[in-house]
Amino acid sequence: MSAPAKLPGSLAANRRLDRWLRFNADGSVTIYTGKVEIGQGVVTAMAQIAAEELDVALTRIRMVSGDTVLTPDEGHTSGSRSIDEGGSAMRYACAEARHLLLQEASKRLDIPLDKLAVEDGVIAGLDRIRKLSYWELPHAELLNREATAAVKPKPAGRHTIVGSNIERLDIPDKVTGAPRFVQDLELPGMLFGRVVRPPSYDAQLTAFDADAVRKLPGVVAVVRDGNFIGLVAEREEQAVKARLAAQRAAQWRETPLPTDDSGIHDYLQSRQTKDQVIFERTDAAAGARAARTLEARYTKPYIAHASIGPSCALARVDGTRVEIWTHSQGVYQLRYDLAGVLDMPPDSVIVHHVEGSGCYGHNGADDVALDAVLLARAVAGRPVQVQWMRDDEFAWEPYGPAMVIKTRAALDAHGAIVDWAFDLWSNGHTQRPTSVKTPGKVSSLIAAWHLEKPVAHRPQGDPPMAGGGGMARNSPAMYDFPNQRVIAHRVEEMPLRVSALRGLGATANVFAIESFMDELAAAAGADPVEFRLRQMKDPRARAVIELAAKKAGWKAGAESDGTSGRGFAFSQYKNGYGYLAVVIELGLEPDIHVKRAVAAVDVGQAINPDGIINQAEGGIIQAISWTLKEQVRFSRERITTLDWETYPILTFPEAPLVEVHLINRPDEAPLGAGEIAAGPVPAAIANALYHALGVRIRDLPLTRERIAAALA
Amino acid sequence: MADSITLKVNGVQHTVRAEPDTPLLYILRNDLKLKGAKFGCGQGLCGSCTVLIDGLNMMACDTPLWAAAGKAITTIEGLGTLAASHALQRAFIAEQAAQCGYCISGMIMTSAALLARNPDPGIADIKQALARNLCRCGTHTRIIRAVQRAARELRVRP
Repeated sequence: MSAPAKLPGSLAANRRLDRWLRFNADGSVTIYTGKVEIGQGVVTAMAQIAAEELDVALTRIRMVSGDTVLTPDEGHTSGSRSIDEGGSAMRYACAEARHLLLQEASKRLDIPLDKLAVEDGVIAGLDRIRKLSYWELPHAELLNREATAAVKPKPAGRHTIVGSNIERLDIPDKVTGAPRFVQDLELPGMLFGRVVRPPSYDAQLTAFDADAVRKLPGVVAVVRDGNFIGLVAEREEQAVKARLAAQRAAQWRETPLPTDDSGIHDYLQSRQTKDQVIFERTDAAAGARAARTLEARYTKPYIAHASIGPSCALARVDGTRVEIWTHSQGVYQLRYDLAGVLDMPPDSVIVHHVEGSGCYGHNGADDVALDAVLLARAVAGRPVQVQWMRDDEFAWEPYGPAMVIKTRAALDAHGAIVDWAFDLWSNGHTQRPTSVKTPGKVSSLIAAWHLEKPVAHRPQGDPPMAGGGGMARNSPAMYDFPNQRVIAHRVEEMPLRVSALRGLGATANVFAIESFMDELAAAAGADPVEFRLRQMKDPRARAVIELAAKKAGWKAGAESDGTSGRGFAFSQYKNGYGYLAVVIELGLEPDIHVKRAVAAVDVGQAINPDGIINQAEGGIIQAISWTLKEQVRFSRERITTLDWETYPILTFPEAPLVEVHLINRPDEAPLGAGEIAAGPVPAAIANALYHALGVRIRDLPLTRERIAAALA
Repeated sequence: MADSITLKVNGVQHTVRAEPDTPLLYILRNDLKLKGAKFGCGQGLCGSCTVLIDGLNMMACDTPLWAAAGKAITTIEGLGTLAASHALQRAFIAEQAAQCGYCISGMIMTSAALLARNPDPGIADIKQALARNLCRCGTHTRIIRAVQRAARELRVRP
């Protein structure tokens, strides 16, 4: 037996064509994607791809996404991989479906294949008299087979829907208030649940007066299982009140954290680590030309996802069947984890994706799904909606990890970098639920750890460099240095719960690389843009660097007037995905703020150019917010970031107008745009601050206090 | 003790039975099934639950039911529908001014109150008006453009 053909992207693991598309009696086509809408517009992009390859109007497309009954398993919607993995699969599946339909039509119409054309799903000969629509053909039978990927998708030159600024399919509902989010979903007989989390990670419940809560108006059930407490009420406000009462009715014994927010970086560097050489290039002769050496240390704090809408899920438990509605990024992976915790076969757990509030990585979506199941079990058959309160979200979501980076580089007498060393310290950047079997029972879900019979924490993980890396993502500098050595030091102990947040390690690594490049440019007496170009060979990188500089009106050697500054930074996400270069103009009065951000972006083929610009704009603003304002606060006792006052984010008066210039390359592979700004923006701001005031801040966030301390 | 309280929402009188201190947001979402206003923080700090009360933008998560009784409440559903949309709703679509969209209903309601008192706001006015509405996805640039677009349309065809 020959090995099965290698199929592109997610087709490889979901090989049947009718897993991807079906034709409906009403003249529509249902497209099934395992990639889900998390605020990035990917479902619209998938619809564009399908309509394009099938030659049907976009209005005929019905999208179904992220469902363990209906859609392919495409893993998580994460890592800017959706268009790469899911889009390529969709493209090949639809191209092959179209071809099979055409073949059948050719037989029936007795017209050779090359004399047939398709217009909006109608296959016709050149005479336009003999014709058959897709829906008149035995489509179900034709799609009942494995894909071969033998049919080449359309070349970019023939695209009319892909590459266009198609309006997002979900936005009309969102501007009219139509129920669209999992938070808006209401099932018959639905009850409202809330959870009472411990005051700190490892706190043990020593006493709990459940009866004091049970007797409150509307309370239907109170669940206590080990350190897990939750309750269910008829009305939402009753559940919220009961939660407050339950908090008062619970006594806990707490265990201190090993450090606090001010000590975390020294802590990370002082721990046992697992070390890995990420990149090494040596040229002893070039190294010997070193004339001047610079060293620096950069840090990034824990950063919160801080979605506007707290995590939410609905669950219904009927006998041996569990059904869940969730905004998880990976419905199959969540199912696998839940089935393990509940000791059920995965097939008895049905998980449907419903949109949630903006998702920037592994947030509380998966956790709250287990909360909802545990509470729904207590009210047999009735669906329960659980939404976290704001403090549940801030205190319990897995943060983007704190990181430390030490850099050392040498310049030769001509100002060229001849040696570069880069060491980084971090926890691993993922603890997501996965479908991978482990020797013992583990879970990624908070409530599982708190049960009377607790399930062990899934050990910290870190995506391998082959997939773009986690903590070491973007740690090899893309510049042409004759010597470069990058070492990742993974810290085994994990003081705070962490997982994947937009950009993963790229945020801190690019912040360090691109800040340090500026320090070296200054030492070499060179203009920052010119200094980068000198050591950059990749033509696409050069193109975004030059375009951003040009659009921002960058003038080499321009001096600051002392009230403002400008800074530059660049990266190619994962050193193989989208390119972004950005110029930040910084103002200093009344407080440090970004006045203008001008970026150039190349993500290869743009499926939806406006969608890409939207993602890049959003990424830039979010990264400005991280850079100027954000830091998860914690004492030795517990997390103290609990609300928008203890975790302020960028507000409208503080937000600049952002300009994004797109270089569309229709013949290049399409790459994701969601995370390309995470690295360059913090560095460009630090560089602008240096330009304005001559101080170099190497610790995020770049606050007024830190600037004042540096100036003193 | 649950009371019967009468509310006027989107021009229609409703009588609901709930505790008088119930946040208006839950009444709108769960009793009246108007899901447009969202729960974000429950503390009046993020703006995702913004509705108009007697024309003023207010946060429904920290407005108790008793305080809303007898007043004219407008939610995004009352501002316009897809078939008969408000200029702001059209402008937010035209500018594709949403990413996840969770904050957008609040953004539009706050902007509606702004345009009612200032038909020709500058960028600084719009930023100031939206200062208490948080957007985490970073859609600020587009939201500002959408409000400007709606203002232009309303000045031509009020």
